Amino acid sequence: MKPKVIRYLDKGEFPIGEGEALALYRAMRRARFFDEKALLLQRQGRLGVYAPFMGQEAAQVGVALALDPGDWVVPSYRESAMLLARGLPIHVLILYWRAHPAGWRFPQGVRAVNPYIPIATQIPQAVGLALAGRYRGEGWVVGTSIGDGGTSEGDFHEGLNFAAVFDAPVVFLVQNNGYAISVPRQRQMRVDYIARRAEGYGIPGVVVDGNDVLAVYVEAKKAVERARKGEGPTLLEALTYRLAPHTTSDDPSRYRSREEEEAWRAKDPILRLRKALEEQGLWGVEAEEALLGELEEEFAREVALADQAPEPTPEMIVEHVYKEMGPDQRRAWEALRQGKHVEELW
Amino acid sequence: MVAEKARVLNLVQAINEALDLALARDERVLVFGEDVGQLGGVFRVTEGLQAKYGEKRVFDTPLAESGILGLAIGLAMGGLRPVAEIQFAGFLYPALDQILSHLGRWRHRSRGRVGLPVVVRAPYGGGVHTPEQHADSPEALLAHTPGVKVVIPSSPERAKGLLLSAIEDEDPVFFLEAIKLYRGVRAEVPEGYYTLPLGKARVVREGRHATLIGYGGMVEVMQEAASVAAKEGVEVMVVDLETLVPLDEETLLEAVRETGRAVVVYEAMRTGGFGAEIAARIAEGAIEYLKAPVVRVAGYDAPYPPFGAIEHHYRPNARRVLAALRRVLTY
Repeated sequence: MKPKVIRYLDKGEFPIGEGEALALYRAMRRARFFDEKALLLQRQGRLGVYAPFMGQEAAQVGVALALDPGDWVVPSYRESAMLLARGLPIHVLILYWRAHPAGWRFPQGVRAVNPYIPIATQIPQAVGLALAGRYRGEGWVVGTSIGDGGTSEGDFHEGLNFAAVFDAPVVFLVQNNGYAISVPRQRQMRVDYIARRAEGYGIPGVVVDGNDVLAVYVEAKKAVERARKGEGPTLLEALTYRLAPHTTSDDPSRYRSREEEEAWRAKDPILRLRKALEEQGLWGVEAEEALLGELEEEFAREVALADQAPEPTPEMIVEHVYKEMGPDQRRAWEALRQGKHVEELW
Repeated sequence: MVAEKARVLNLVQAINEALDLALARDERVLVFGEDVGQLGGVFRVTEGLQAKYGEKRVFDTPLAESGILGLAIGLAMGGLRPVAEIQFAGFLYPALDQILSHLGRWRHRSRGRVGLPVVVRAPYGGGVHTPEQHADSPEALLAHTPGVKVVIPSSPERAKGLLLSAIEDEDPVFFLEAIKLYRGVRAEVPEGYYTLPLGKARVVREGRHATLIGYGGMVEVMQEAASVAAKEGVEVMVVDLETLVPLDEETLLEAVRETGRAVVVYEAMRTGGFGAEIAARIAEGAIEYLKAPVVRVAGYDAPYPPFGAIEHHYRPNARRVLAALRRVLTY
């Protein structure tokens, strides 16, 4: 039997309150604004390689806002929308994508761990973080995210199994955007829905329309509640699509058609929610203009902040390898600080 | 700080005692891995700990090394002090992604926000006729990973103090325990809680003609060779590195400068092994004192033989160390 794909938008259903709906819309719109600006900055040479998330805002924001401020997110590298929704300041995120050291130390109040490149390794780590919260009586829930390709990695399976065995309070979000860079889902696995795998671990698996933020949010809330009550983890599969390339170095025209992209563009999660909000009389042109004005202003301010970050120095290379430098780091630090490492080449 | 009374314990008992004391002292300490709970570990190193501290603090995990390391990382992120056991050091390989990509990098990656006070204990080394992959010595692989520390004790009283230091340490520490020594060495071990500093090598035997350098299971082999040499009037210094990372280069170079001759002994495969690092450090820091090339006594460039009948040809023994000593003394 095929799992049911949960969906509210386009059916005239509105399962959440006004305030929540507007918060979801603002967070998605803000994230999209960032994504568009980030691509521009990258083309100007003011950002390094960047992984856009355009099209996946609903999946990321829906889960991020379903969590409490005391909960944690353990994201993958495409989860900038999730990080923004969790309160990571824009200038820190810009510095992160500039590969500037100042962007790699997230502020203490932000309960998000740094995203990183290796695939699926965050899954067992998220389980550990969740168990730590339970052990300490802090009761935080962990939301962690992975792509469809990542579910082929061993760590995905080890992590899910650990979470199931220990009843870990984790929500596993799979953003199934159809491609692992260029390899389509059909070439990645023989199951039709990744959420089916949940049964193999003895945990609930749920499929949602990943471009329907109401569906993501409602189901994520249920999963968070289950986790918080000690009922264990949930696998949440969000069917979605990235409208942009895998990274700024990728050319998606080599592996997918314009028609396919256009079809998904019509399911844009932001436009869909906006339409629903307008139908409810909760949103309109004026509100949109005002929001965009706010975002423009905020972004300009944050870019300026990022630009003010001091130039990193070479000795930063060997800082923070250990809590205290060992003799080898100390020696390198002195050489780097004095520029002596350059002389060594000659 | 060293406690007063001492008893004679083997390595297994000394490590068990250290874990017991750490669990008692700090409720953030958790001990886990495959078979460590009810069974007490395949070598019984964790025997009795689950009964004493409960399943919340000492627990069995599913059989998945990458999962164990990933779990340890997450627990440490959440403010705990995990002590994970990997059943054999040769079983670390499925977890290398967690180790190389994450365990050693989080502090650097987060610019100091996230430190991971994780201890990974694993038995290593040969000499007891284990099956394939149970005798591997992957210390060079670990030492080549930035951000982790590598400690390899050679005796019960050192192991206890070093393990307690490793658990107190704010950075990830690999603590490798030579299987051959588990029940093969006994020594007086002080009672109570005491720590020994990481990053310090020690001269376990003084000598003026040549210096033997090694760690873990090779220390007793070096001692044996030095005793034989002594009968022929050759005084051999023996250095136990104890901590490979951070390396105590000062003590190492001082010991080589005193004798001008050095033999490095390790039971991993020869090429790219930790002995190569030692030889390079000696070349960089003390070459003008050398009266002979640095010689390595190591395993061969082959997998550790899973065949008990020929294993002793692979693992360095006193005879091979003596032959190397002869080479550096007659160069």
